Amino acid sequence: MKYADVVIVGGGPAGLAAAVRLYDMGIRDILILEREHSLGGILRQCIHDGFGLTRFGVSLSGPEYASRFIGEVEKRQIPYITDTTVIEITRDKLVTAAGEAGLLQVQAKAVILTMGCRERTRGALAIPGTRPAGVMTAGVAQAYINLQNRMIGKEVVILGSGDIGMIMARRLTLEGAHVIAVFEVMPVASGLPRNIEQCLNDYGIPLYLSHTVTDIKGTDRLESVTISQVDDHMQPIPGTEKEYACDTLILSVGLIPENELTLGAGASLDDHTKGALVDEFYQSDIPGIFAAGNVLHVHDLVDFVSMEAEALAEGAAAYVREGSLPECLVSVTAGDNVGHALPQKVSGERDFLLSLRPRRPMQDVRLKVSQGENIILERKMKKVLPAEMIQLKIRKEKLSREGSITVSISQ
Amino acid sequence: MQREFTCIVCPNGCRITADYEKKEDGSLIIRSVEGQTCRRGEEYVRQELTDPRRTIASSAAVKGGEMPLCSVRLTAPVPKKEIFRVMEAIREITMEAPVEEGTVILSNVLGYDADLIATRTVHKA
Ligand SMILES: Cc1cc2nc3c(=O)[nH]c(=O)nc-3n(C[C@H](O)[C@H](O)[C@H](O)COP(=O)(O)OP(=O)(O)OC[C@H]3O[C@@H](n4cnc5c(N)ncnc54)[C@H](O)[C@@H]3O)c2cc1C
Repeated sequence: MKYADVVIVGGGPAGLAAAVRLYDMGIRDILILEREHSLGGILRQCIHDGFGLTRFGVSLSGPEYASRFIGEVEKRQIPYITDTTVIEITRDKLVTAAGEAGLLQVQAKAVILTMGCRERTRGALAIPGTRPAGVMTAGVAQAYINLQNRMIGKEVVILGSGDIGMIMARRLTLEGAHVIAVFEVMPVASGLPRNIEQCLNDYGIPLYLSHTVTDIKGTDRLESVTISQVDDHMQPIPGTEKEYACDTLILSVGLIPENELTLGAGASLDDHTKGALVDEFYQSDIPGIFAAGNVLHVHDLVDFVSMEAEALAEGAAAYVREGSLPECLVSVTAGDNVGHALPQKVSGERDFLLSLRPRRPMQDVRLKVSQGENIILERKMKKVLPAEMIQLKIRKEKLSREGSITVSISQ
Repeated sequence: MQREFTCIVCPNGCRITADYEKKEDGSLIIRSVEGQTCRRGEEYVRQELTDPRRTIASSAAVKGGEMPLCSVRLTAPVPKKEIFRVMEAIREITMEAPVEEGTVILSNVLGYDADLIATRTVHKA
C-alpha cells in the first residue's frame, strides 16, 4: 500500500487546478489518478474556442486551456498515473484503483473528487422505438469526430438544446453533414444564447422549442425520427407528429455529475445539484473528502471550474495540516426561483463564494441573499437564465453564526 | 432600421438592439446601440453590420501520429462568408507527426490577417 497526503481522483481541469494550488501552498505529497490515457478531461475533445476568456483574457480551444494546466503540473513534477480508474474510496480515505499494473491502493489524508460528469443517455429519457445504430450523445459524437476522425452521419437531428449539442450542430455542418434541426422539449433553450447565435443561426439551423422525439425507426441504421409538439406539461400533443428522414440522432439532454464513488464513500448528495453536499471549504459531509468542478455541480464555463478547484485546495491544505476544518453549521438554501445554491453549509465566519442557478429565465429581477431578517446582499439584474450560473462573493462582515441563509430571486 | 443582436464575444451573450440606417452609397449610420454591458458589445454590433466575422476551429489530418488528426484554430476572425472556403483549405492539409501545439500551419489564410495554428501536440506514433 502507498500513502499520500492528498489523492486527486480525475485529471481534468478541476483536478489539475487543485493539484497546482496545493503544491504552491506547500502540500507536495500529491497523487493524481486519471482513467484516460492522458490528462485534460473532457477539454481534450472540445476543440472549439471560447475557453479561458475570464482567466487568461484570450479565447482558447479546450486542448490549449488544458495544456496550460498540464504544463503547470509537469513543471512542478506533481505525480500522476493515467490509464487508472478509481473503483472505491472508503470513509477512511483508502483509495483503490484499477490500472494496467493491477490494483493500486493508496491511503490518503484527504481525497479530492474531480471526476466530472457524464451525459444523460437515451435510457434516462425513455424514448420509444427501435434501437438502431446512429443514436448517440453529443459528447460521444464529439469524441468520434474530434479524437478519432470518424464522421458519424449525413442527415442529422439533434434532440436537446444543451451547449454541447449546439456546438456539435456547427461542427457537423462544417464537416459537410446536414443538420435538419434542434428540438428542445422545454419552452426555453438550455444552452447559452451566444451558442444559439454562433452555432445555429449562423448556419441557418432551426431550433424548435416545446418539441420532442416520440418515435425512432430503423432496423440496422436509424432511418427516421418522429417529432411531436408538447403541451405545458411536456406531454406530446396528438396530431402534431412529423417524421424526419435521418441517419443520425444526437442527444444533448443534460449532464449528470458522476458520483458513484462519492456515494460509496458515504457522502450525502444534494437532490438538485446531484453532487456532494459541501461546506464553504468544498468539503463533503465526510471530513477530508472534498469535491469541485462538474462532479460537484454542472458548470458551463471551465474558468469557474478552475477557480472553484483552487478555492477547494486552500481548504484541503488546511485540513491536511490541521487534521480538521472549522465547523460549518449555517445552512444555505435555495429560495424562490432558485434551482440550487452552493455551498450548502457555511461557518458564518469567513467570506465565501455563492454559486446558484435560477430556475427559469426572468427579466428585471432582484436577487436577494438573506439570513433571517438580515439582508446580506441584494442585487438588481437585467436578466437571469438557467443556462448561466451566477456567482456572488459573500462577505463575512454581513454574516452571523445563527440562522440559515436563503437565496431568492423575485421580479 | 432596428435589428436585434446576441453578442457572441463572451458567455454573457447580451441582447443588443441597434438602430441604424444604410445610405445608398453603402455607408452606415448607427443611431443607437443599446443593451450591451461592455464596450465590446458595441464594437461587435458595428462589425456585424459592416463585415461580420467568425473564428473557426476544426482539425487537420496528421500522418504517423499517435492520433489521426490535430485540432486547429484561426488566430483571428475572418469574414463569415469565407468559413466554408477556410474549411476547404483545412481539409487539404496533411501534416507529419510530431506536431507541436502553437505551430503555424497556414499563415494569412486566404490572404486574411489570420493564421491557422495547431491547438495540441501530436507525438509520433
Ligand atoms: C462536451 C463539452 C463541451 C463543453 N464546452 C465548453 C465551452 O465551450 N466553454 C467552457 O468554458 N466550458 C465548456 N464545457 C465545460 C467544461 O469543459 C467543464 O466544465 C470542465 O471540463 C469540467 O472539468 P472537470 O475537471 O470538473 O471535469 P472533466 O473535464 O470531465 O474531468 C474529469 C476527469 O476525471 C476522470 N475520471 C472520472 N472518473 C474517474 C475515476 N473513477 N477514476 C479516475 N479518473 C476518473 C475523467 O476521465 C476526466 O479526465 C464543456 C463541457 C463538455 C462536457
